[in-house]
Amino acid sequence: MIDPIPHPAGLAGLSYLLILGMLGVAVVLTFIRLYRGPKLADRVIALDLLAIESIGIIVNYAMALNRQMLIDVAIVLALLAFLGTVAFARYLEKRVEP
Amino acid sequence: MIEVLSTLFALLGAFFITVASIGILRMPDLFLRMSATSKASTLGSALTLIAAMIFFQDFSVTTRCLATILFLILTTPVAAHMIGRAGYLSGVRLWERTITDELAGHYNAETRRLEGAAPTPSPAEPQPEKTGETDRFSPPSGRPE
Repeated sequence: MIDPIPHPAGLAGLSYLLILGMLGVAVVLTFIRLYRGPKLADRVIALDLLAIESIGIIVNYAMALNRQMLIDVAIVLALLAFLGTVAFARYLEKRVEP
Repeated sequence: MIEVLSTLFALLGAFFITVASIGILRMPDLFLRMSATSKASTLGSALTLIAAMIFFQDFSVTTRCLATILFLILTTPVAAHMIGRAGYLSGVRLWERTITDELAGHYNAETRRLEGAAPTPSPAEPQPEKTGETDRFSPPSGRPE
């Protein structure tokens, strides 16, 4: 558990609430597409977008908490998202259509 | 000053990521959704990482963020291309108001190779047999108009 370090107040301190709110709305919209998606490919691109939104949330959270270590999590998440997307695409090409 | 600049970049990044999520929800087609998300999300995440570079102003953070931006710019088009190809081959329907489908009739559904515009049957190579294909994958020369 990371204890939150209070950010210096002012314009930047309040704007992180706005930024994280926007990204939260984006995650909700992407989850709607992940639930609806008529084909598997739609769900795969929704998962890819979810990974990128998580990168945005993590980097903004690192700035809000003033922790540099959290940037590493973003790097690993970008790597894993690409690998997962490529694996899903290979599976989509090879599988027998139901 | 640094704070304001970093906040500006972070706000722009969050805005573009939100635009990408609106695009994935509202676009009518798999391919239009992909074209909305892959570009806007790359731009948004790159702007967010630039904001982190400006905010921390540390050498290790800057190199990590630059590496991540480079990796995202390199890999996002590759992933979008692979998913688009897989979706097209698995028969995702295009939007009904799509103007042109330039790949229609040029993909061989069995060998999964791109064929030329006017496939000339060469006697040396055995031609793959056509079995119950959909109309999109059948070559245009053999189709009666």
